[in-house]
Amino acid sequence: MRTLDQLRPGMSARVVRLAARGAIGQRLSDMGFVEGTAVKLIRAAPLGDPLEVEIQDYLLSLRRAEAHLVEISDA
Amino acid sequence: MLRSSVEDGSAPASREGATNGAAHAPLRVAVVGNPNAGKSTLFNALTGLAQRVGNYPGVTVERKSGTFEVAGRRIELIDLPGTYSLAAHSPDEMVAVDLLLGHVAGERAPDAVLAVIDASNLERNLYLLSQVVDLGLPVVVALNMSDVAERRGIHVDAEQLAARLGAPVVPTRANRGAGVDRLREALRAVADARAPTRPPVAYALPDPLAQGVAALRSGVAAPARAALSRDLHEFELLRALVDEEGHAEARLRALDGGAAEALAASRARARGPSTVPLSALEAQSRYRWIRQLVTGCVRRDERMPATWTDRIDRVLTHKVSGTLVFATAMLVLFESIFAWAAPAQEALEAAMGWVGGAIGAWMPEGALRSLLVDGVVGGVGSVVAFLPQILLLFLFLGILEDCGYMARAAFLMDKVMASVGLSGKSFIPMLSGFACAVPAVMATRVIENRRDRLATMLVTPLMTCSARLPVYAVMISAFVPQRTVLGGWVRLSALTLLSLYLLGIVTAVAMAFLLKRTLLRGPAPPFVMELPSYKVPSLRVLLQRLRERAVAFLARAGTVILAMSIVVWALAYFPHGERPAVAPAAAHAAAVSAGDDVAARAAQLEGSALGRVGHALEPVFRPLGWDWRITVATLASFPAREVVVATLGTIFNLGDAENDPEGLERALAKARRADGSPLFTLPVALSVMVFFALCCQCGATVATIRRETNSWGWAWFTFSYMTLLAYGASLVVFQGSRWFGA
Repeated sequence: MRTLDQLRPGMSARVVRLAARGAIGQRLSDMGFVEGTAVKLIRAAPLGDPLEVEIQDYLLSLRRAEAHLVEISDA
Repeated sequence: MLRSSVEDGSAPASREGATNGAAHAPLRVAVVGNPNAGKSTLFNALTGLAQRVGNYPGVTVERKSGTFEVAGRRIELIDLPGTYSLAAHSPDEMVAVDLLLGHVAGERAPDAVLAVIDASNLERNLYLLSQVVDLGLPVVVALNMSDVAERRGIHVDAEQLAARLGAPVVPTRANRGAGVDRLREALRAVADARAPTRPPVAYALPDPLAQGVAALRSGVAAPARAALSRDLHEFELLRALVDEEGHAEARLRALDGGAAEALAASRARARGPSTVPLSALEAQSRYRWIRQLVTGCVRRDERMPATWTDRIDRVLTHKVSGTLVFATAMLVLFESIFAWAAPAQEALEAAMGWVGGAIGAWMPEGALRSLLVDGVVGGVGSVVAFLPQILLLFLFLGILEDCGYMARAAFLMDKVMASVGLSGKSFIPMLSGFACAVPAVMATRVIENRRDRLATMLVTPLMTCSARLPVYAVMISAFVPQRTVLGGWVRLSALTLLSLYLLGIVTAVAMAFLLKRTLLRGPAPPFVMELPSYKVPSLRVLLQRLRERAVAFLARAGTVILAMSIVVWALAYFPHGERPAVAPAAAHAAAVSAGDDVAARAAQLEGSALGRVGHALEPVFRPLGWDWRITVATLASFPAREVVVATLGTIFNLGDAENDPEGLERALAKARRADGSPLFTLPVALSVMVFFALCCQCGATVATIRRETNSWGWAWFTFSYMTLLAYGASLVVFQGSRWFGA
């Protein structure tokens, strides 16, 4: 299964499932990572981590380790 | 002013009623909203200057409230911390849930809720609203930033949304004050009517969650009711069920030993054979409800215009230009608190000096005069001396925060900070510590995670602040040889100064690493952070926040600093006029007869309680190469380290040390031990500087940490670990440099 951290800058995808449980999973769910939502990777920070994504009309920063918990499919 | 406009059209009888209403307890309205939704701006626009800032009992969450009057009704607004969800994993979220349910000690449940919604980011903002509606309170929605939404091609039909929500939706533009009068009136009407909001387009918990809540209710209700002497709210049960290891779960477990089993059973019941976490189930169902709600109320332009935020971000988060802008911004920030604050600080100090001089000239000599001049005026002086730095730093941080850059700075620096177990949000507070630890500790409020915030707060005072510079300057120019090293390119004095800065940084980083692995160990907090749209900050909000910070510092930290200054003054002043009990009786008499004021003061200091303590503690500090005089000067500088220059001046018989640094350097160089050998050798000077680099000699920092953590425990912990660290490092430096024969 592809995950959000494998997306290339400028590419979009849809959220399939969160592999995260506990507080991180809940945070991502609350922030709009629910099944079927469109997500676009904007860019990575200059040092390679964290990532900047667009979801639900806003911009969000999350670490690669967290993005790895978001399973995606083609948009 | 508002009362008259409404009263004009009302009959005398109803005016009577309105006046009676105002005499009753004010209506209470809690303000909720996502961070960056413009909640503070709207709060300020509604209440003006009628605000009070305090703390909730037992937690470090700030409680802000304000009042306004509309149609003769007084309304108290309670500003809750900005949150994305009511799932309670942080104290902020817990306070929000507890206050809304009326479970905070001494706080009645609110009569209504004002939900501030960012129209340009409607879906995610409505998520919080869907949870708030579950609480069964009357709700008013402020549809804020509708102008930003329009510019981004998002058109929201407020009337349609209101009809579907079953709650008033008032479009506002808080930065311009637009819609504020309508909002006040809507709040009054809704709070007075006390009818819970029930959306015609209703949200229903998905069956598995509803079954889980029911199972949990039958499993824990009886013991919990007995322990709490109230029923558990439906929403509390939902939170306990869904928020694994959250606050609601922790509280249930604390109330009832059997709760853990009941929780596990109800979660298994709710989950069934599915692998989807309960939190994802809740989020899915709420976002589905939101889609139903907004379909037909929101129109989006076919082609979304490229926003300013996109264009600015392309520059500000770019590898090269982004790094350059970041470095420049940090340099300006740093330079401003370092250099621009200095003239204001000197002016304030001169003014305090003038006041002290005036009192000194006007009052007869005696303990009272000394208390006022040296204790009170000196103490107040060291309090207000921090104000220019605090105000400047917070002006800059406020601008960075409000325009949206602060989140970008954290984005840029996160990887660096993650290597010591912190996040990007700790970078700016730690950097501010180079100027002054007091505003830097206050700046840690941007860090939501409690452990990260504490770790940042506890290590920030290790950064070399501007008050350490005078000490370094005197010691370095007096005792570090005038030589160049590294092939003549670098002066040894500059290298020493650089090493002292590095010592602070390395120690702070190592301590943060250590704290995050021991006392403050816990799961790594998610670094899931919104990057808000860029916007022009509102001057009114900035100034309001500056005023809050200044008042908070003066009222809470100022009193502690003043008290400490007076204690140290008393220790240095009493016993007074007697013959000093220790050695210098003859010197004292000689000095007095010669009319030598300075020598008399030195003798007085030695005979004082402080001097005696210095003598008594001399054996403790002897391994660092110190004698009683250095010990006394160090002890006297615990309220404020920069005082050491003046104290050294007094001890080493010099008039005005602060304005005659060369004189002080000569006096220090000439100082001898009892056996005639020089007191200050290079190892001794290094040992003193290292001690000052690591020790927490700053009453203001201790008082600020106590205020920000709401606990003396963490304040004393910081003081103790830094002092022990300073002692150990000085010992190593002194003994080590003697060993190597430096």
